[in-house]
Order: sequence, then structure tokens, then C-alpha cells
Amino acid sequence: MLTILEILNASLHDVMTQDERVYIMGEDILDPYGGAFKVTKGLSTTFPERVITTPISEAGIVGVAAGMALRGLRPIVEIMFGDFFTLIADQLINHITKFKWMYNDQVNVPIVIRAPMGGRRGYGPTHSQSLEKLFLGIPALRVLSPSTIGEPGKLLTHAILNDDNPVLFIENKILYSLKLRNEKSLTDFELNIHNSNEIEENNLHPLNYAPTYRLTLANAPPPALTIATYGYMAELAIEACLNLAYEEEIFTELVISTQLAPFVTQPIFDSVRKTHRLVVVEEGSRTLGWGAEVLARGAESLGKELAYANRVAGLDLPLPASGQLEKIVLPDVQDIIIAVKRAF
Amino acid sequence: MNNQTLYRYLYLIRRFEETVLEEFPRGRFYGTTHTYIGQEADAVGVLSAIHPEDIVVSNHRCHGHFLAYGGDTRALFAELMGKETGVCGGRGGSQHLHWKNFYTNGILGGTIPIATGMALAEKYKGNRVITINFLGDGAFGEGVVYESLNMAALWKAQILFVVENNQIAQSTPIELNLAGNIAKRFAAFDIPCHELTTSDVLEIFNIAKDLIQEVRTMSKPQALILNTHRFGPHSKGDDTRDFSTIASMMENFDPVKIHGLRLIDGIRQEIENEVDNHIRTAFEEALGDPIPTLRTT
Repeated sequence: MLTILEILNASLHDVMTQDERVYIMGEDILDPYGGAFKVTKGLSTTFPERVITTPISEAGIVGVAAGMALRGLRPIVEIMFGDFFTLIADQLINHITKFKWMYNDQVNVPIVIRAPMGGRRGYGPTHSQSLEKLFLGIPALRVLSPSTIGEPGKLLTHAILNDDNPVLFIENKILYSLKLRNEKSLTDFELNIHNSNEIEENNLHPLNYAPTYRLTLANAPPPALTIATYGYMAELAIEACLNLAYEEEIFTELVISTQLAPFVTQPIFDSVRKTHRLVVVEEGSRTLGWGAEVLARGAESLGKELAYANRVAGLDLPLPASGQLEKIVLPDVQDIIIAVKRAF
Repeated sequence: MNNQTLYRYLYLIRRFEETVLEEFPRGRFYGTTHTYIGQEADAVGVLSAIHPEDIVVSNHRCHGHFLAYGGDTRALFAELMGKETGVCGGRGGSQHLHWKNFYTNGILGGTIPIATGMALAEKYKGNRVITINFLGDGAFGEGVVYESLNMAALWKAQILFVVENNQIAQSTPIELNLAGNIAKRFAAFDIPCHELTTSDVLEIFNIAKDLIQEVRTMSKPQALILNTHRFGPHSKGDDTRDFSTIASMMENFDPVKIHGLRLIDGIRQEIENEVDNHIRTAFEEALGDPIPTLRTT
């Protein structure tokens, strides 16, 4: 099986071959370097005219790409570390996501901004964060995040070629080196794919390809708790789920989202309607995160059907460089197990 | 471009903005505004020299640019009133306009990378279209402006940066917020820069015409600094300058007066009457226009 890095790289080659309007811009993305995490490797050799290495000017690059998108191109921007999203916030919030609405639907801004996020590599306080939570709930902004399940390449390809509106594409760094899961590596589970077709309230961003995956333990009693998560945390949730089943005889169902915003909650709540218990899991810091919003929406729409709710997330602290300290701050398999066991 | 047409645009912008300031206290408009009184020659001089397919990117003080670009008076009034028939259906308001190849946004400096990207897109598509990007002296406090000038020069964007230096940023005079000078900032990026201190629309038109032609043929950025004068408040009722300063500016640097002297009285009066009627009709029609409904998907 290919790694997630190879799959995303193949997707970029694919979209640039398919559509001449696709440009990719970012820092240090030219061969032979091919980008800090090598996601753009080979692109500048094959498409020298449409791969633009940029100055270290995140706000400027994103603004330039937005101008290109307003004039009919389909730019992709790589931000070297997701931590630098703070630098693009104004372009994203006051420009890119505003144009279509404030210009009365006269324009589209088809731009995809990709970035690696996440810790566990010892990069310390400013190169390890999962800042995507700061960009959830911005009207007209879609935030996607692949995992090792399903088709991460298709998720990226569709965002670039088929979505006429801005997308943030969050790639957890640890995922890059992991292999896509196949039937063999999901042998304990039944996989269900939910292609969202619900229209969420006040959704300025039309739905596009972003499936939610449900993993149910095969040949096991009905699940008694739903674990909802996304990205790399799905790996830890799978491990926790198996551990709980084999060691504790607690059977859980996993719901793994690829679209973080606008919120797609129906597949999560469909599962909770069976289990009545929900644990949300994310790597980013706890307060006002993805999980907080999922739980709030759960409280609103599930009422008494939600008998137990809990959150697993990073501590509300900066990420330490020390590997030992970082382990304490970031959520791990044991934290998920503890949060689940508390329900019973 | 003949003198009568130029005068009509100058006078149209002047009367539009005066009407806005007169009618705001009567509750005819909603929200805020940034008027262009005193700077009319910049917009009219530069935009009289563009091709119809050229792109114009403007800022918060954009009514004059919009009207000089050819935008509809009633639609602009309606936008400021929050009406369905407004330029952007009432969603954008005074500083967020888009019509044809004209775009504005209210975040100071934030439009500079956008305009640069538009210019590059047209270049990559192989078009001879150029982009005009209006910015003010105040925008030079924003970091993204320098990121954009660097990229515009590096990648040879077909863009003309037009700096309207009215020497005041909201209420703060330039000597309190800008070190060095603006021309040297462009020089640092090897962007050729021309500076004019005038309120004469013909002077501005003549140099803009040449610069636009050069940007188009040489496919490289250039800058034009127009040292100008804002007679009115930053927004409305927030002018802290003393009356004599403004009176002396109006005496010496009024673009409407300067260009008006080139027309014989009868012709000038005829233009003014026509524009006065046009403004009154546009305002009244906009006033009667429907309010929009909220569409959320």
C-alpha cells in the first residue's frame, strides 16, 4: 500500500495534469527539495510553469492566490507548517471567504490551502500545533482532514478540481509516513461510508465530496459508545477501540470525519442514537475545539438520547519541545480508554 | 478623452459625495462611508486611461473610483442604502463593491496581494490586461503591502500601483506614521515610481496613459504616487483639522475648479445641471428601491 504522503503527492500530479488552471505556490516547493515534507515532490520538474516557489510571505502568497482564483485559475497554496495559519488569517477571514457573499454571489474563489499540522515530532511550541479549530465556523470556509481510511487522494483532488469555494486541507504530519488502510488492516471492522447529503443550516459552502467513515467491530455485540474523531487521532481511536473490546469487553463504534467545517454531524448522531454515549477525540487543545462544537450540537439535537458525553483532547498548554513533556500534553490511546470507561 | 467628459466625471463624483454627506444625517444611508471629495482628479485621470477589460482594485475610499470606472450612480446610492438594487445587493455596502472588473475591499493593504494575484493570473493566461491598484498613504503601515510589492516585482506582474497620498491616515498626519518616503519604498523593490503633486486631471491623465501603456507592453509593475488632498472627513463628522487648513486646500487644490476653468461658462453650467438632475433622480430612485431578503445558501 502507498503511504498518505505518496497518495497526496499523486493527487497533486493528477490535478495538475487534468486541469491547466491549477497552480501550486509555496515555500521551498521546487525540486530537488520538493517541499519541507515532500508533498510537492516532482511537481516542479513536470510542471515548471505552474509550480511557483515563493518568498516567506504566507499572507502575501495566500492573497496573491486569491487574486488568481478570482480571475479564473485554481490555485493551491502550501503553508509549510499549519502553525503559520495565524499569518494568513486576515486574507482568509476578511478577503477569501468574504468575496462571494459580499459581492452578492457574483464571484467564486476556488482556492485550496494545504498545511501539515500536529505534534509528536518534537518540533516544539510553534511547529507542532493543531490550529484547525481556530478556522472552524468561519462562514463559507470548508475545512477537510484526511486519515488513513478511505480515499484521501480523492478528497484532495475533489477539493481542488470540483469545489469553487475556499478549502483548508489539514494534513497531520504523522499520517504522511503511514500506509493507507486496506481490508487487511481493517480486518476487525465493518466499514460504512456516509456520503453526506444533508444541507446544514446557513451553509454558505455547497456540499462536496467529503465522506464520513463508520467503523463497527465485526462479529461483536452491538456497540455501546460512539467515538467520533478525525485525522491521525483515528489511528489512536482504532487502537483504543480494539483494546477496549479485547481487554474490557466494551464495544465501541468509530465515526471518522473528513469534513470538519461546516459541521457534518448526522453520521455521528446516527451512531449515538444507537449507543447513547459519545466521546469526541482530537489532538488540538481542548477549549473551544472541534469536539466542543460536536458535543454542543449533540446536546441540541439528541436531547435525552445522549446519556454520556466526554472529550479527549490536548491540554490547554503550549506544546513542549521535550518528547516526554509533549507526551503528557497530547492525548494518547490511554486517554481515550479512560474517557470511554468512565461511561460504564 | 475630452475636457467636457472629464469635467462631467469630476463633478459627478463631487456631487455624489456631497449628497452622501448631506443625506447621512437625515438617515437616508445606513452604516458608514469614506468620501473622496478633493481627490476626484486621481480616479478620473487614471481610469480615463484604461482599457475596458483592465482590472481595477480599490480600497475603502472607493466611490470615486467606482463612478470613474463607469459604475452606475443609482446602484451605488442603493448599495449605501442597503437596497436589493445596490451594486452588491446591499451585502457589501460602501467599501465592498464589485462590478465587471472592478473590485474593492475595506481592509487597508489587504487588497494589494489580491490585485497582484489578479495581474499575475491575466499574465499567466496570456492576456494583455493590466491591473490598476489604488492604495493610500495609510496602507503603508501594513506588512502585507511589502510582501506584495516584493512578489509583484519578482514575478513581473502587469500592475500599476496608484498611491493617493492625501497625507492623512484617518486622523493621523503622515509625519506621525510614516518614516522615510513612499517613493523609496518602491525603489527598494526596483519598481519604477513616478510622483506628481497636482490636482489637475489632465496632468494625471497624461502620465497615467503613458504608464499604463508601459505596464502593458513591458509587462512589469510600475507605481504612480499622486500627492493629493482630502477635503472632507475620513468618514463623516470626524475631521479634527482646523478650518483654515481645509479652506486653503480647497482654494488651491480643487480639481473640479481647476479643470472647470478650461470650459466656457455655458457648457460647464450645462454639464452641472445635467449631473445635478442625474444625481437627484438616481438618489430618489434608489430611495424607492426594495430592501433585499436574506438568502443563506
